[in-house]
Amino acid sequence: MIPTFKSDFRAGLKDISPTLLAYMPIAMLWGTMAASKGLSPLEALLMSFFVYAGASQFIAVDMWNEPLPIVVMIATAFIVNLRHVLMAASISRHIQNIRRVFHPMMMHILTDEAWAIAERKALSGPLSLGYYLGVAAPLWPTWFIFSAIGAVIGNALGDVAAVGDFGLAAMFISIIAGFWKGPRTAAVIGASALVAVLTKSYIPGRWYILMGGLAGVLVAALLHTEEEVRTPEDTMEKGVP
Amino acid sequence: MSSYFTLHWQWLLAILGMAAATYTTRISGLLLMRGVVVKGRLKAALDAMPPSVLMAVITPTVLMTGKAETLAAVLTALAAIFRLPLLLTIVIGVSSVLVFRQFV
Repeated sequence: MIPTFKSDFRAGLKDISPTLLAYMPIAMLWGTMAASKGLSPLEALLMSFFVYAGASQFIAVDMWNEPLPIVVMIATAFIVNLRHVLMAASISRHIQNIRRVFHPMMMHILTDEAWAIAERKALSGPLSLGYYLGVAAPLWPTWFIFSAIGAVIGNALGDVAAVGDFGLAAMFISIIAGFWKGPRTAAVIGASALVAVLTKSYIPGRWYILMGGLAGVLVAALLHTEEEVRTPEDTMEKGVP
Repeated sequence: MSSYFTLHWQWLLAILGMAAATYTTRISGLLLMRGVVVKGRLKAALDAMPPSVLMAVITPTVLMTGKAETLAAVLTALAAIFRLPLLLTIVIGVSSVLVFRQFV
């Protein structure tokens, strides 16, 4: 069967469906916290609609006291979300077949979870617009609608969210395993974990994601050797065996 | 009912400012890579990004929360290494963390 937009979208939706369930309690917990700081359900919905980045939204609500430190909040959102630069740089290689006009919209719905699933798919070939949207698009309304619901109904979601939190960690563990390419991968994730622990211990905030991520990437670059990536095409071009 | 739709203009400004900052991080990775030929060492570095960034994201949850979370993460990793389906791996992870929290 030739893949169509519809069949690709369905395949993406199937791959992201566990994450859709995990987003609901976390969005509701965030909505609850937002309401406790005085945000109306509409304001909670707007923040989830426009910002759409869980970690920075939790931090923003934590900082939400009058007078609002607007400049600091904006700077913090930027820093917390710097990991998106790495994610978008990596995913950009796999979306070159998709028309450029869609790229700006595709980047707004790029979350950790959608990115992880899309990167896993990209291991076996370029991404189609249908698959990417099937993965990334349904998470967005789930996030902002359940944020508003959380802001309306209030407390008693703490335990549920803790389970959802580990559910996302379990999903990421499974996806990391899919990227396994031998001892070098162990060195990459080992370096990332070590630097993340050290950063988290000494620097407040979310710097550990960027620092750990960069440490692993640096190790990968250092361990890289030219021989093993030489493809048949390279050899033919250079005219050497 | 009307309080559901309260909108402080200053708060809206903060929300839109954070949205602009966040979108900047999302689009800049794409713009930075425009016209860059990805091969060799740069390719090795970019290929390592998914496992590396994901490991850093989960580090506080799996390594710095408690023994229950770390043990559950090991069990989840075993399930993942044996190539169990994603949903089953998540179920194993979540149920094992609930069990370990009771006993560890």
